[in-house]
Amino acid sequence: MKLNLTLNGRKVSAEIPEDQSLLKFLRSQGCYSVKCGCETSNCGLCTVWLDGTPVLSCNVPAARCEGHSVTTLEGVQAEAEEFGAFLADQGGEQCGFCNPGFIMNVLAMERELHDPTVEEINEYLAGNLCRCTGYVSQLRAIELWLKREVKA
Amino acid sequence: MLKFKQFKRAETLEEAWKLNQSRANCVLGGTGWLKMGERQWNTAIDLSALGLDGIEETETEFRIGAMVTLRQLEQHPGLNAYTSGAVRDCVKHIVGVQFRNCATVGGTFWGRYGFSDVLTCFLVLDAEVETYPGGVCPLAEFAAKKQDNDILTHIIVKKTPLKAAYESFRNTETDFPVLTVAAARTEHSFRCAVGARPARAELVEGADEAELLARVQGLTYGGNTRAGGEYRAHLAGVLTRRCLAKLKGGEQA
Repeated sequence: MKLNLTLNGRKVSAEIPEDQSLLKFLRSQGCYSVKCGCETSNCGLCTVWLDGTPVLSCNVPAARCEGHSVTTLEGVQAEAEEFGAFLADQGGEQCGFCNPGFIMNVLAMERELHDPTVEEINEYLAGNLCRCTGYVSQLRAIELWLKREVKA
Repeated sequence: MLKFKQFKRAETLEEAWKLNQSRANCVLGGTGWLKMGERQWNTAIDLSALGLDGIEETETEFRIGAMVTLRQLEQHPGLNAYTSGAVRDCVKHIVGVQFRNCATVGGTFWGRYGFSDVLTCFLVLDAEVETYPGGVCPLAEFAAKKQDNDILTHIIVKKTPLKAAYESFRNTETDFPVLTVAAARTEHSFRCAVGARPARAELVEGADEAELLARVQGLTYGGNTRAGGEYRAHLAGVLTRRCLAKLKGGEQA
């Protein structure tokens, strides 16, 4: 079937298998930041934005995205690099495998919540699993990042 | 993995219903649970184009479309004001924001899942289910019925004066719940729904708190990998008392 959507700001048309997941479609389009972690909708690694809303791309049939707008990490490269570097400087990551999905969700949270509390941050990011950090250093880094943003 | 031969975005409810008469076809909700199966479907029926993705609030009710996401439920000010935040409380532990942006009301209620936080919560409200072409029936009746080939279109929540509260217990954050409890105080009685026993949520009523607690303890509790039946039965009393404390506006018991 033919799929037409906007991917990272550019119009894309492609022939896809009817049951292809958004995750597989995005990787076929060269968006390799979108990784398959659990494929059971639990880990958050495949997070992308669908019309600006964070979703699990392993959980969305690509065919459902007809006419919609999808953003991956590649579409917010500069912002992602800035936050990723900040996270690394703060010791908020270790292996970095979960970073693409985690960064996409943090950037979505920044857009959605104004001056979130620790509880709100934890709740928003609960769907992003990380097997290295234990989350405390991530949370500390995010709090500093958000304070930096507020100061700026 | 979700496998199907054909994707069909239905243009009318009748078209969706006709397609759904074949056992080889399935209606797509959020697909979170559907994709965990091994089955290959013939046609996947998509309801996205049917205008079922909104929550309509009137003076007497909330009309929640089948394609409304759990995140929309969580963020709806009117629904959460009416339920004293119980609706928000019932979805906030479900995996993560990204998952809740995918999971739909229709998929959740249609599945009648034993682990469903949402079913547990809505059972204590005056909620009804509207299907095409079947019409409207009370949620408790719908939950007890076997799945048929109708199309779930709306969940209707009547604005009956009540106060609601929700509690769940999980072994780890974002896991399936070990037990779910919702309670409501209406003008004349108390209601309580207990789910993840691990069976599907069931509703009990009592004239006062003591009667309600006795009815909750009278439900059957089983064991699975998350907890034993005896533990669940004890937990049911604890979570029910916490809900009752919330209904009084007090601290947790």
